[in-house]
Amino acid sequence: MKNSSRRGFMGKAFGAVAGIGAIGSLVAMKKSWDPLPSVKAAGFTTLDMSIYNENELITEKWRGKPIFVLKLTSDMLSKIKDKKNDMDRLIKIGDSYFMVTLGLCTHLGCIPGYNSADQTFLCACHGGMYDVTGDVTKAPPPRGLDIPPFKIDGNKLVLGESGPEFTAMKENGVTL
Amino acid sequence: MKNKEPLILAVVVFFTLLTYYLVEPFAHSQMHKHVEGEGFTYSDLPELTKTGDATRGQELVMGAGACVGCHSIEAAGMPASMEPQMAAASYGVKPPDLSNAGVIYDEKFLTDLIKNPAHALKVEHKYTKDSGKMHPMVPFYGAGGDIDQEVADMVAYLKSIAVSQEELTPKMAFETACGRCHAMSYENWTQIGEKPRFKHEKDSLGFDIKVLEYQDSLKAYMGKLPPDLSMYIRSRGEHFLETFIENPQSHLKGTAMPRVGVSAESAEKVIEHMKDSGDTKRHEREAIGKNVMIYIVIFAIFAILWKKQVWRDLH
Amino acid sequence: MAHFEKATSIHDWFNQRLAVDAVNRVMMTEYWIPKNINFLWAMGMVLVITFALLLVSGIFLLMYYQPNVDTAFYSVNYTIMREVDFGWLWRHVHGVAASVVFLIIYIHMFTGIYYGSYKKGREMIWISGMLLFVAFSAEAFSGYMLPWGQMSYWAGMVITNLFAGGSLHADGLVEWIRGDYVPAQAFLTRFFMLHVLLIPIAIMGLIGLHFATLRIPHVNNQDGEELDFDAEAKKYLDGDKAGSKVMRFANDFMSKDMMVVGIYLIFFFYLVFYHYGFAMDAVNFDPADGLKTPAHIYPEWYFLWSYEILRPFSTDIGLMAFAFAQVIFVLLPFLDRSPNTVAANRRGLFAVWFWAMLANMIVLTAMGKLPPEGIFSTIGLVSALTFIGLWIALPFITTMEKKV
Repeated sequence: MKNSSRRGFMGKAFGAVAGIGAIGSLVAMKKSWDPLPSVKAAGFTTLDMSIYNENELITEKWRGKPIFVLKLTSDMLSKIKDKKNDMDRLIKIGDSYFMVTLGLCTHLGCIPGYNSADQTFLCACHGGMYDVTGDVTKAPPPRGLDIPPFKIDGNKLVLGESGPEFTAMKENGVTL
Repeated sequence: MKNKEPLILAVVVFFTLLTYYLVEPFAHSQMHKHVEGEGFTYSDLPELTKTGDATRGQELVMGAGACVGCHSIEAAGMPASMEPQMAAASYGVKPPDLSNAGVIYDEKFLTDLIKNPAHALKVEHKYTKDSGKMHPMVPFYGAGGDIDQEVADMVAYLKSIAVSQEELTPKMAFETACGRCHAMSYENWTQIGEKPRFKHEKDSLGFDIKVLEYQDSLKAYMGKLPPDLSMYIRSRGEHFLETFIENPQSHLKGTAMPRVGVSAESAEKVIEHMKDSGDTKRHEREAIGKNVMIYIVIFAIFAILWKKQVWRDLH
Repeated sequence: MAHFEKATSIHDWFNQRLAVDAVNRVMMTEYWIPKNINFLWAMGMVLVITFALLLVSGIFLLMYYQPNVDTAFYSVNYTIMREVDFGWLWRHVHGVAASVVFLIIYIHMFTGIYYGSYKKGREMIWISGMLLFVAFSAEAFSGYMLPWGQMSYWAGMVITNLFAGGSLHADGLVEWIRGDYVPAQAFLTRFFMLHVLLIPIAIMGLIGLHFATLRIPHVNNQDGEELDFDAEAKKYLDGDKAGSKVMRFANDFMSKDMMVVGIYLIFFFYLVFYHYGFAMDAVNFDPADGLKTPAHIYPEWYFLWSYEILRPFSTDIGLMAFAFAQVIFVLLPFLDRSPNTVAANRRGLFAVWFWAMLANMIVLTAMGKLPPEGIFSTIGLVSALTFIGLWIALPFITTMEKKV
């Protein structure tokens, strides 16, 4: 005569089945929110490293963000060639060394300006400064300019792909 | 009190199905007359009588046949001599590359086409004596021997240089058989080829201009621009497309679109590619559909069981 | 400040602040529903579920749809159908639900007509329901504009042309509605606004009103019997669940609701995955072209009966007949002069009237889809005249009705 415990059970069982359907729907909804394949495919930029001139900051674009490309002069290199921390930040292509970083201050995201005479970067927002390897030289930025994932392909640099040199930089704590 | 629900359900289902039948299958049968296909048998063309020799065929194609005067043959190391839009300015369209003609087109069709292009393509209505126009492809009048043997040889050669049926992808079939006139923007296909990725806006616009120039020539040649086929599998449906490709005149009498002469297998591949464009997720839809149907039946069973439990002491 | 005790449990905490127990009693466990009903009484819940499906699928479509004449078609047929993960699923659910909701609305409406659920005290339920029908119609029409295919454009052109009022030549009004001389960017964006914001808000408000109008008269039953709900409820609460003529909304009625919903969803999802062509007409898979009218233009199936009343007559007469058809259903509670609130089969001529009306609507629907030629246009004209005739006859038939 007592159905109430079984009736409670059937209701809870139905609720559980409905819940499974709800979870399935939520999974589909989460996936609909994901970045589109065309967006992810556009996440690679190829730079031809032979076109850059020494001490001339060029701003490229990768994933909608500015990328600083600076070819170092032999003069700049002689000053830092014994400093491992600085050399580790550079990318060697052929015989040339390049600084390739996100052009966004690691403090709060403004774009720093480059002074080719002083060979320094100054962020106008809060006064942070960086050197020609992108390393921070004056507060408030918490760390040097971030280096994007890159892969060296002969004379070209593919941003968005992680090559062995970039992986090494990450492991050595050179960049995040 | 008798339970009238089965009767009520029957009445509701009856009227629903009646309305559905009248509004969908019946009405559509009245609006669009049914055209029966013939399975790409090309029954209006003569049967093949000769066995071709590919070596003699090659000599003819490269020589007396004069095919390579207009047609490129990439598979034989003979690329196009002009950019597509330049070719279109002269001929109305870019003459097709013949590398895979042997596998894509029906053999009877090719045999008839070489001797009488406008007839095989079913566009003779465009080239009457009064029109003052000639089909851009000149018929082959023979190289001095048995013309039927010569044509058979040329077709044999084309078949020998083409990829195999297994290697022929839906994309290849579409681009070769349809792509010189029809764009398919959802697959990034223009009449002059897939649009590459350009770093500089100027180069991208330069490509677009070439496409537009080609389309202008095409429009003048055909009378209007052949439509973009990206969504045609859904706007026209598979049966219409099959019978239309087999013989455009059966649906649109007087149309400028030629009967392109694809074989039955190639037609299947062309339609497969059109599905890839306009019904891309069909496989996922079927897979997920199966799982959802199983789930929802289980859902309904549990709902029925719960209802029966709750109602046990209500009756 | 009211007095609050230290809470004995989380439930008690909410109870002191939001009276959850009282709300649960009033809305759920002691909202009394007659037992003498059949599965047709579950159509309301089926409509709520279908509306919820439309809302949720609509939310995900809204994330990617672009209300711009140059990119709308692409955003639907490329981005949503090809690129967005499960985008095709939301589109199919949305399209099929938009069509099936009207099937359920018509079943729900005709159930009400058959059992007299619009009479004597229930007029507001009927009127708020008809307002919901109008709101859903506007929502469906505005939604159909959005993919900006050939049918979207030409349906937009034809329906807004109706507002020129035939001989009135109110072309200025038509241009004002469109925001342009023809359906163009302004037209698309304003119908986008209506579809996504204004009409859904109106629908949700009307649903609230529709539920409110049910409370005092209570839900009807198969015999139209007037129940003493308090007495029957007392019987139930005293333990005689089988003998009482009423049951709780939750979980008694709701469990049957869920059973009907479960079976409905089998049918619904079958359509979504395997048989959706009726809800996504082929003509709308051609991008809109203002310089080319399709060979066959027709509205969605649920508007066809109405469209067919417009068509057979000359412009002005047609518009008047069309306006008559839109309004006349609302007046049903006042045109039905009989005192009987019982099922139609016990109401003599009214039963004939009911089945004739139903058959007539189906014939009008069928003719509305067919090209207006030959025998079809004749049948259409006769059906349109029959429709008007049936409504004129209704007050007379029902005045003569004997009291049951």
